[in-house]
Amino acid sequence: MMNDVVVTRSLNIYVAIAGVTLLAPIVIVTILAFGNQGYMRFPPEAYSLRWFETFFGDPRWQSALWSSTVIALIACVVSTLLGFFAAYAFVRSDVRGKKLLLSFMLLPLIVPHVITAIAMYFMSGPFKLVGNVFWIGICHACIALPIVLLILLSALQNVDINLERAALSLGSSRFGVFTKVVVPLALPGIISAALFAFLASFDELVISLFLSGVKSETLPVRIWNSLHLQVEPVIAAVSAFLIGVTGFILLLDTLLRQLRVAQK
Amino acid sequence: MKRVSTFGGSWVLLLPAIVLLVVVFLAPLVWFYIQSLSSIGTFSEIVEQFVAVLGSKAVLTALSNTNWISLLVTLLVLVLSYPLAYYLATHSDWRFSLILFCIVVPYFTSVIVRTYSWMILLGRNGLVNNLLLTLGVINEPLTLLYSKTGILIGMVYVLLPYMVLTLYASLKAIDPGLMRAARGLGANWWFAFTRVYFPLSLHGVVSGSLIVFILALGFFITPALMGGPSDVMLAMLVERAVEVTFDWASAAIMSLLLLVATLGLYAIYYRVTDLRRMMGG
Repeated sequence: MMNDVVVTRSLNIYVAIAGVTLLAPIVIVTILAFGNQGYMRFPPEAYSLRWFETFFGDPRWQSALWSSTVIALIACVVSTLLGFFAAYAFVRSDVRGKKLLLSFMLLPLIVPHVITAIAMYFMSGPFKLVGNVFWIGICHACIALPIVLLILLSALQNVDINLERAALSLGSSRFGVFTKVVVPLALPGIISAALFAFLASFDELVISLFLSGVKSETLPVRIWNSLHLQVEPVIAAVSAFLIGVTGFILLLDTLLRQLRVAQK
Repeated sequence: MKRVSTFGGSWVLLLPAIVLLVVVFLAPLVWFYIQSLSSIGTFSEIVEQFVAVLGSKAVLTALSNTNWISLLVTLLVLVLSYPLAYYLATHSDWRFSLILFCIVVPYFTSVIVRTYSWMILLGRNGLVNNLLLTLGVINEPLTLLYSKTGILIGMVYVLLPYMVLTLYASLKAIDPGLMRAARGLGANWWFAFTRVYFPLSLHGVVSGSLIVFILALGFFITPALMGGPSDVMLAMLVERAVEVTFDWASAAIMSLLLLVATLGLYAIYYRVTDLRRMMGG
């Protein structure tokens, strides 16, 4: 039917254009990062690693990279650990008001980050916690926790409860069931959750903006400051680096997913 | 099998996460509102201050900006996402993976990086203007950046993946046979789509629109960087009150308004959606 051909064809054309448009900004920034000039003209006239050298050579960028990494590692460990326990409890027990509790635990995704950030900042002042990387990591863990929960809820659903029962009836302790049955079976999901928790913190801007102070500025905060004052060309290289981290984590997640499918 | 002794105590495992959220997330929020509101004075003084702040021209403008921009963004995102979600739901080979890739990569890229990318593209001498000039569509560069257009483009780009993934989950559940049946019974494509397919997807449309609208209301980074001086949204006003004027009381009042609106919409979202699907999972 003529009609169908038109619909299918326009859908295909639209989807192709949309797909290109969605990727274009990210691809273009990455290409610009390898440019040689001091202004953002696309395509670059010559290519070099100049801006990456600036990024990795400047002590201030280095310290931002260090802060970001430490904060993200803390957030990742805390949120994955607590999120795993919580997700397990959600999947395995019939606590009343489970949905309401879950909706509370997902709140950090919903409440505008500006509000969360200001409240945390207000609290951090009297305790002299502004600029403390451990504290920022813990605050980021709150933001990462819902993401961990959502990923692990679906991952743990696939762990067969009968395997746990079997282990128990064969004389394993509850701790043993946890470490020898649940964790290994859910491991791909747990690693996925940890990766995305790391990423959520590594890319987070608004809370860091308020809490980082001068001494523990993170990469996104430094980009933000630079975009407000004057746009340094090195920003493209930093952006490309962050895109690279995202790409790497997505790649690992894809591999883990295949592992999960293979397990079934 | 004694289920209770085996897994009954597992709710204890919820405690650490709850403690974290209560101490680091909830307590600061409550503490912030109690402290900054009570610093204003008596109850009637607080009410007076509320009326003064919410009636001020800056706040009224920001409110209407926030409202309109969020509505427009939600609508644009919905229209742009639906065909993409439909495509994903009706394909399962490499084309599915490719389009999903195009959506997921931006989704997990830092918001500040995504905003910066569009700032480069939309500048006066940016790629978009150059392209339009070369093609002869326009005669002089358009003001795309530092305007409402800039905000819209940036926000649509950041929020689109949430909508596509939410819609996809809902479209995937629709039996493709229904569409074929309608066609087989003589309906043309448009009739079958509007009368059979689309109504079945309404659930996803509502969930996706709610989540996008909720997130748009509290948006800060993109409008702050891509908007013009007059395009102030509520979240930006809150940030300025704290960072620039140190006016904690106004910040509390304005943010409370934003918070109540957000939580109200979240309550509706809670009723219509399976929360586990929140981020399109």
